[in-house]
Amino acid sequence: MIGIEHYIVVSSILFVLGVLGIFINRKNIITVLMAIELILLAVNINLVAFSSFLHDLTGQIFAMFVLTVAAGEAAIGLAILVIYFRGRGTIAVDDVNHLKG
Amino acid sequence: MIQVLAFYLFAGLTLASGLAVILSRNPVHSVLWLILAFFNAAGLMVLLGAEFIAMLLVIVYVGAVAVLFLFVVMMLDIDFATLRAGFTKSLPLGLFIAGVLLAELLLGMGAEHIGALKIGTADGQNAALAGASNIEAIGTLLYGRYLFLFEVSGLILLVAMVGAIILTHRQREGVRGQNISRQVSRRPDEATVNTRPGVGEGVQI
Amino acid sequence: MNSILFIVFLPLAAAFVAGLGNKALGKLPAKLLTTGALFASCLLSWPVFLGFLGGHMEATVVPVLQWVHSGDLSFNWELRVDALTAVMLVVVTTVSALVHLYSWGYMDEEPDQPRFFAYLSLFTFAMLMLVTANNLVQMFFGWEGVGLASYLLIGFWFRKPSASAAAIKAFVVNRVGDLGFMLGIFGTYLVFHTVDIPTILAAAPSMAGTTIGFLGGRFDTMTVLCILLFIGAMGKSAQLGLHTWLPDAMEGPTPVSALIHAATMVTAGVFMVCRLSPMFQTSPVALEVITVIGAATCFFAATVGTCQWDIKRVIAYSTCSQLGYMFFAAGVGAYSASMFHLFTHAFFKALLFLGAGSVIHAMHHEQDMRFYGGLWKKIPLTFAAMMAGTLAITGVGIAEIGGFAGFYSKDAIIEAAYARGTGLGHLASFTGIFAALLTSFYSWRLVFLTFFGKPRWAESEHIQHAVHDAHGHDTHGHDDHSHHAHDDGTAGYHPHESPLVMLIPLGVLSLGAVAAGAVFHGSFTGVETAGEFWKNSTLFFNRDLFEAAEHIPQAVKWAPFVVMLTGLAVAYYAYIVNPKFPAAFVRAFKPLHAFCYNKWYFDELYDVLFVRPAFWIGRQFWSADKKIIDGLGPDGAAKIVALGSVGARRLQSGLLTSYALWMLVGLVAAVSWVLVR
Repeated sequence: MIGIEHYIVVSSILFVLGVLGIFINRKNIITVLMAIELILLAVNINLVAFSSFLHDLTGQIFAMFVLTVAAGEAAIGLAILVIYFRGRGTIAVDDVNHLKG
Repeated sequence: MIQVLAFYLFAGLTLASGLAVILSRNPVHSVLWLILAFFNAAGLMVLLGAEFIAMLLVIVYVGAVAVLFLFVVMMLDIDFATLRAGFTKSLPLGLFIAGVLLAELLLGMGAEHIGALKIGTADGQNAALAGASNIEAIGTLLYGRYLFLFEVSGLILLVAMVGAIILTHRQREGVRGQNISRQVSRRPDEATVNTRPGVGEGVQI
Repeated sequence: MNSILFIVFLPLAAAFVAGLGNKALGKLPAKLLTTGALFASCLLSWPVFLGFLGGHMEATVVPVLQWVHSGDLSFNWELRVDALTAVMLVVVTTVSALVHLYSWGYMDEEPDQPRFFAYLSLFTFAMLMLVTANNLVQMFFGWEGVGLASYLLIGFWFRKPSASAAAIKAFVVNRVGDLGFMLGIFGTYLVFHTVDIPTILAAAPSMAGTTIGFLGGRFDTMTVLCILLFIGAMGKSAQLGLHTWLPDAMEGPTPVSALIHAATMVTAGVFMVCRLSPMFQTSPVALEVITVIGAATCFFAATVGTCQWDIKRVIAYSTCSQLGYMFFAAGVGAYSASMFHLFTHAFFKALLFLGAGSVIHAMHHEQDMRFYGGLWKKIPLTFAAMMAGTLAITGVGIAEIGGFAGFYSKDAIIEAAYARGTGLGHLASFTGIFAALLTSFYSWRLVFLTFFGKPRWAESEHIQHAVHDAHGHDTHGHDDHSHHAHDDGTAGYHPHESPLVMLIPLGVLSLGAVAAGAVFHGSFTGVETAGEFWKNSTLFFNRDLFEAAEHIPQAVKWAPFVVMLTGLAVAYYAYIVNPKFPAAFVRAFKPLHAFCYNKWYFDELYDVLFVRPAFWIGRQFWSADKKIIDGLGPDGAAKIVALGSVGARRLQSGLLTSYALWMLVGLVAAVSWVLVR
């Protein structure tokens, strides 16, 4: 039978994939944002799994709020990206190094 | 039986799609893989009995966020040819760290499994109402106990929307709009001016 | 005894105010203050001296301040006034006051006058502390103080490299002597458990036969202590071995040479030996060492002085030679004769230096005697003063009738040395007689070269500068002179007499040079009377010695007189009658002349033995310091910081993703820590 451990494993692996995606990509910044969405998804799965197994709806409520914030954050992030692209003309990761010390 | 199969199917596809998101060359493909991941995750949630959240995932994430991603990817006119393939210098370190993280998370789970770690027990306050559907239960809780948070999340969305608009708003050059207050405060003696230009000369405005 | 407090501390106060006031105070107030203070000290000193002469004063100690009270070691700031102190007070304050006054004229064009007068007063204060010291530590304080003031004054024109180097040389050579002095003081404390002079002198005879461990061997205690103390005196008084600084000290202004290197600082060594004479009496070996070195210095300096061309150098070597007299007098036990010679020498040597200064001033800072000649007509008063000084130093006088100052004191020394009876005493006496011959010769040589003969200053650079300046300033005053003056060796330059402020000190000192011997010889060295005078001091008066000195062979008594006349005759012949004679003599005895002219090659010897190795060792240490210590320490630390920051800089790639990676690393670390705990 499927126990909570299965869902925890899935959620963990997805989380780590998302984390990896933040810093091993060489393509573009949008991949970073997408990786963040993956992280949030993993967290959501985790919350809902726990909510289900503990018979406590708090998890699902929280998952909804996470969804809300994720949506808002994606919007702002993409807006920033658009402006950045307008100014620089590129979103390749290696070119985003203006804070180089 | 079918639940087990469904679980493995959905879980496997989610993980594979996640992997494909970060490994994909073409950002458009990445977005599409992300959408697939969302769908499968929604399936997982249905299996868990949280169908409201699952549908919410599909509507909001897939229907809005992923589409937004797609819009932006299309709009940014990325030159695919020059996108560099391959991985960054920090791949080994990153993989190692990620591996460590994963190990720790699974360790935590394992500890719980053997009983060394206790998961908290629910105190019954937020238990689902008997006989109500998932959506009814959530609604009762959301508009009851967590009303304040619900309102705040609405405000967050408002801020996000306003922020996005302000950030990307561009002043257009050469657009002559109307300055209403100037129009209204105009006096008759400055509305018209009598001049007597000479023949062939123009008028200074 | 409150006047002693004024005598000693007025110069200090004046030096303080003038020194700190400097430009803010102004030239005239500084000069007035310091000179006034010195004259006040001088006027207060003479009654003290006359009181001791008259026999109605006793030795006293005036406490000033508490100093060190630490377990066994205890000494205070105290001023001792006894007959010996009184002699020195008079010498120091009189010469210093006259030098202050003289400097008004000599240093007239000098912009830095307040500093000069402050240094002079500071020196006087240190010297007074030295002579009034009642314990060895205060004496050492004065000792170092005069060394410091000497350094400051020799290097007064510090922008001139040679002056700066001479000042350093004086200080370093003095330091070598001071090491001996310090070891002497430490040894004295070790043996006597006190540094208080009266206590030490009282306890000295009881230590006569004991031994002390020194540098691995065992030696007679008092001998070791006395020789160590004498090494200090050698440094300060420029005896053979530690004498190299004295001629170079002539880089300082002439008033400085007159005060410090004729009358006061260089006599500090003699004073110290006389002050501690009961100690020295307990060690015959030490006294023999003093006699040998004193006689050797006397001889050496006289031979070198005969060859020099610089007027100040001649007088400097003369000083060195006379100091040798004073020391071998002390060595044979005639301390009072030594002090008497110190007393008279202060007057006539200061007179000679100030007179030389007057000549230099008249000759527009030309110091080479080859460019002098025929000056007695131009600067007659200076000439008279120099004559008085020369008569004094050569010891012109007839026994039983009278004579100039040097006659009494120098003859007293020679007679006492002979009367000692030992082989060493006879040797010292003969050395003194031979040196008297040379002294007479070079003193008269100086007078003849400077004041007689035809003017020879046309070729002098200093004179040519003076003439050009005069021509530049006057438009039509000297036109007719310039046409016919060039063939008489004057180049149109006419020296004129010094101003009154410079002539008054010359006059006063001339009086001393002429009369001091006759007036005071009874109190200092008279067989019956001197004992009364010296009993109020720590000086050991050997009545028997002076008694015996009256009964030595007539030949020895008349020898100085004969020798003085011989020197005069030779000088007269060589520089007046037959001016080509000196050059011929030099050609005939070239190696001997070169040896004497080059100061017996002492400077070259010391350069090879000490200076170069010292610099070499210093360079080794410097390079080790730079490479090893600096490399490990400051430079190394700085390099590590730089390397560290280069490494840290690489972290700041500016790439968002790598920042995210590092954040993750931190997160994982935190989680691991929680897990492991």
